[in-house]
Amino acid sequence: MIRGVGRYVTSAALAVLFLLPLLWTLYSSLTGREAGDSGTDNYRRLAEYGTGLGTYLLNTTVVALVAVVVTVVTTTLGGYAMARLAFPGRNVLFLVTLAILMVPYTTILVPLYILLGWLGLQNSLIGLGLVMAVLQLPFGLFMMRNSFEALPIELEEAALIDGCSVGGALRRVLLRGVLPGVVTIALFSFLAAWNEFVAPLIFLTDGEKFTLPVALFNLQSGSLGSVDFGALQAGVVVSALPCVAVFLVLQRYYVRGFTSGALKG
Amino acid sequence: MVSLVSSRVPAPEASAPAPRRRGSIARNRRRLGIAYTTPMAVLVAVFFVIPLGLMLWMSVNHWPLVGVSAPNGVENYDALSDPLFLRAVWFTVKYTLVTTVVLGVVAFGLALLVQHDRPGTGVARTVFFLPSAVGLASTSLLFYGLFNTDSSALNHLVGFLGFGRVDWLGSGGGALGSTVGMITWRFAGFYMLILLTGLQSIDPALYEAARIDGATRWQILWRVTLPLLRPTLALAAVLSLTGSLLAFDQFFILTGGRHDTATVVIDIYREAFLSQDLGRAAAVSVATLAVLVVLNVAQLRLIRREGR
Repeated sequence: MIRGVGRYVTSAALAVLFLLPLLWTLYSSLTGREAGDSGTDNYRRLAEYGTGLGTYLLNTTVVALVAVVVTVVTTTLGGYAMARLAFPGRNVLFLVTLAILMVPYTTILVPLYILLGWLGLQNSLIGLGLVMAVLQLPFGLFMMRNSFEALPIELEEAALIDGCSVGGALRRVLLRGVLPGVVTIALFSFLAAWNEFVAPLIFLTDGEKFTLPVALFNLQSGSLGSVDFGALQAGVVVSALPCVAVFLVLQRYYVRGFTSGALKG
Repeated sequence: MVSLVSSRVPAPEASAPAPRRRGSIARNRRRLGIAYTTPMAVLVAVFFVIPLGLMLWMSVNHWPLVGVSAPNGVENYDALSDPLFLRAVWFTVKYTLVTTVVLGVVAFGLALLVQHDRPGTGVARTVFFLPSAVGLASTSLLFYGLFNTDSSALNHLVGFLGFGRVDWLGSGGGALGSTVGMITWRFAGFYMLILLTGLQSIDPALYEAARIDGATRWQILWRVTLPLLRPTLALAAVLSLTGSLLAFDQFFILTGGRHDTATVVIDIYREAFLSQDLGRAAAVSVATLAVLVVLNVAQLRLIRREGR
């Protein structure tokens, strides 16, 4: 009994400790710097910073959208092919894709910077989105291959006998079965792309192309000595809120990513 | 357990009556397989395989950020004996060891706390995990505010406890401690979740048997839980070690690498974009990559062996 109470109190105290930094930032973003200032001033200054908060939000959304769509489409098709189709080069492609996990991407950012220049994708949100998608490929491919393998083969056979083509069966029948896997990949991919810092810092050179984390970093470091903490905290809230909201709604799928074994490679 | 390389392929033969038709179906599926994996293969080739090769090539070239490049042998690898780089290596190793130990202990404690389904543990798990949904850059900016504003919750708490004013990021040791604290807040829930999946795969009958044999809680933890959790702990250690060795965001934002808190990746960034010498940056990248691949392979071997 006493042990139970102790556990409860410890959990509650730790929960407060974990929530405190988030709550304090939310609170101080809503209160003014000096008496008479209101919290909306913080958000107004943030909205007007640089080329405008709207631009940065839009840029970040574009990068996240490209990353999510490319990851989901390529790993769904690829995962299905790996699970159900025999073709030359299958194992090689699978192993090379998984090797992305072994190579820390921060070490290939410098050659990627040059390569994106050759492709005309330097300083491009699309190029950045593609790089972010590639980083998610090993996890996504593993997850989707396992998802397709877990579906009973009879499901596909029935669809084929009923006259579906392979592509039709995939689209009309199998996709529903692997939907939880798709949501999981989309979630991981979104969080990674939305929050990425070093890749956009290197690849994007135009202020109006910046994603939110890079713009906020400039807000912090650009004005040494007189950091506008109110606007910075408002910025942290704006950048964290979508992630927290998406995570709370899709929590189940996130945990699925852990228990599926995909993480263990 | 799912094998790494799949061999499960449906046999269309069963539903195809004539041998001629069977051949065309197999060929058709082969073609589809290639078509379905082409987008992924192109992405992997362009954004992974080619950059890897390019990195090796750049590392043996004089390659300024702007201007013409020319081969210069192994000159770039001089960067590896640069005192600034060596200090970055030392700091990164120190940071990695401290973080991995602190994070491991805290995450394990949290996992033990919430491993059983009781009223409220679901909420506790969600709360502990919540910081992991916030990006590392946002977390660093958030803590930059916590550390540097006098009115922050953290400085209020310290003042309340009577410690006076603390300069959280003003010295090398201070910045290291503050950053490890922040990283623990950000990642403890993530590693808790990994350890939870391991804890929950332990057969409850083993605990039961140990209790019947008269083992104390402490003995059960050391003799039953920890040995059985070893593969999961090894996995968590791999993730933490490789993640911390590549630390960038937290120090770049919190200290900008001042007070000798530059990490290896910050060193690569400085070589590339401040010294504008991409060749030297590539040489440092090659060395870092080699170390991490060796480390990864060794650790994966360890996990495989332990997993059996």
